[in-house]
Amino acid sequence: MSSLREAGAITGVGETLYLRGTDRTALSFQLEASLNAIRDAGLEPTDIDGLIPYGHGAVAEDFITNFGIKDLRFSATTPMGGASAVASIQCALAVIDAGICNHVLLSLGRTGYSGGRIGTRVQQMPQFKLIGEFEMPLGAIAPAQLYAPMARRHMELYGTTSRQLAEIAVTTRQHAQMQTNATMQRPMTIEDHQASRMISDPLRLLDCSLESDGGAAVVISAPDRARDLRKRPVMVMGVAEGHPDSPSAITQRPDLTTLGLAKAAPKAFAMAGVSPDDIEVAEIYDCFTYIVMCQLEDLGFCKKGEGGGFVENGALGLNGRLPVNTHGGLLSQAHMAGMNHIVELTRQLRGEAEAQVTDAELGLVTGYGDMGDGSVAIMRRG
Amino acid sequence: MSYDKLVPSPTPETQPFWDGLKEERLLLQKCSDCGKVRHYPRPMCDACYSMNVEWIDAAGTGTIHSWTITHYAFHPGWKGDLPYTLLTVDLPEGVRMNAQARGIPEEALRVGLPVKVAFDAVTDELTLPIFEPA
Repeated sequence: MSSLREAGAITGVGETLYLRGTDRTALSFQLEASLNAIRDAGLEPTDIDGLIPYGHGAVAEDFITNFGIKDLRFSATTPMGGASAVASIQCALAVIDAGICNHVLLSLGRTGYSGGRIGTRVQQMPQFKLIGEFEMPLGAIAPAQLYAPMARRHMELYGTTSRQLAEIAVTTRQHAQMQTNATMQRPMTIEDHQASRMISDPLRLLDCSLESDGGAAVVISAPDRARDLRKRPVMVMGVAEGHPDSPSAITQRPDLTTLGLAKAAPKAFAMAGVSPDDIEVAEIYDCFTYIVMCQLEDLGFCKKGEGGGFVENGALGLNGRLPVNTHGGLLSQAHMAGMNHIVELTRQLRGEAEAQVTDAELGLVTGYGDMGDGSVAIMRRG
Repeated sequence: MSYDKLVPSPTPETQPFWDGLKEERLLLQKCSDCGKVRHYPRPMCDACYSMNVEWIDAAGTGTIHSWTITHYAFHPGWKGDLPYTLLTVDLPEGVRMNAQARGIPEEALRVGLPVKVAFDAVTDELTLPIFEPA
């Protein structure tokens, strides 16, 4: 069987200014970020021949209309919530490898802060039909409430503590303070985390990600095209998506402490021909602190149940054993559904990050969403 | 006073579950062909792909698998209920279900704690399951 290893490279990344409060539309953010990514690659909008926009936002028609694309050859979405952005890398590589496209644009724009907030929009989504009928009428409505039993179960089985989750929030905030484009810059201590109000036990306010306004985008190009573009390409070495058993109803999942990522990770590492020990920087989807810890286990950085100990003592900091979320993540930079994680990994591997891991050449990015879907891409400096 | 919380929108496949609750019965789907019990209600058995189904009365007992205590109202309808405890419970039939706890203090919560189902008629049309100490 052929592999998607090195079937494409990240050639352009772009963001808008991230905000908490705007009167702009999500579409204008998405177009601005997309244009920034295309220009970063040294391309023109009309060079884009494939589109994988994040779901519930701009569609192909918007890009053709605003960018004047004359020969769009492919458009699709990957409906996996926060796992979509990284899963779109696999989709982009497949269509590039098939010879359909040369330059595929991944993009996201949202008014998550100023538009509809999370608590009111989930019951209507088709992938949440079961929990919309059988859990939400009981008062289990928002992701924080639906994910909290996973964290509680992990704590009861393995002795994981809230202070260990705090380590993730604090380290991520430290990284955000090193960014010019991060919305949360105030210092945070473990005590601040412990004093923050309980949202849905055991998850406190500072275990939860932000709701943000802005946009982010990524251009993925065929390897033979990538070499001639403006920036040093970042090669995709391995990529996979994984869907958990009982994908939307966490309540019915055989093992509450294992995510879809556990199925994807071995495939991506095998494709890349590397192991977790080789990874120098990791951008891990961080809708909640616990989800970061659980993914570190499912990726194989430590054994199941050992995530709490793994993240202690600043292990995820720039000089720690595994620098994680060097941009400040969804917890402290902005909630761009993980598109900002791909942007940051690309910058790390180009050597142009604001909180740069020294000489990082090999890194990993994950996505997580829709109650347990997972995706992972392993990338190398080209 | 009108009921201001989210309500289910049953389908022909799920209506018997809600009708059962109104009669203070906890009904589960059982495959008529291979006998596998499944929850939440849905059209097809994932073991044998049969769409033939019967409804059985659950024992009404269970043990706590996990929980969360919610202190923030993500929907205005639940503001007056804060804080409330949501349990994930293992049923002896081999499936789990989710419901609020009643009369179980926070310090008593633990994995494996026995509970039993009770019924809360929140409107004339809607009865919700809840869990009480066994």
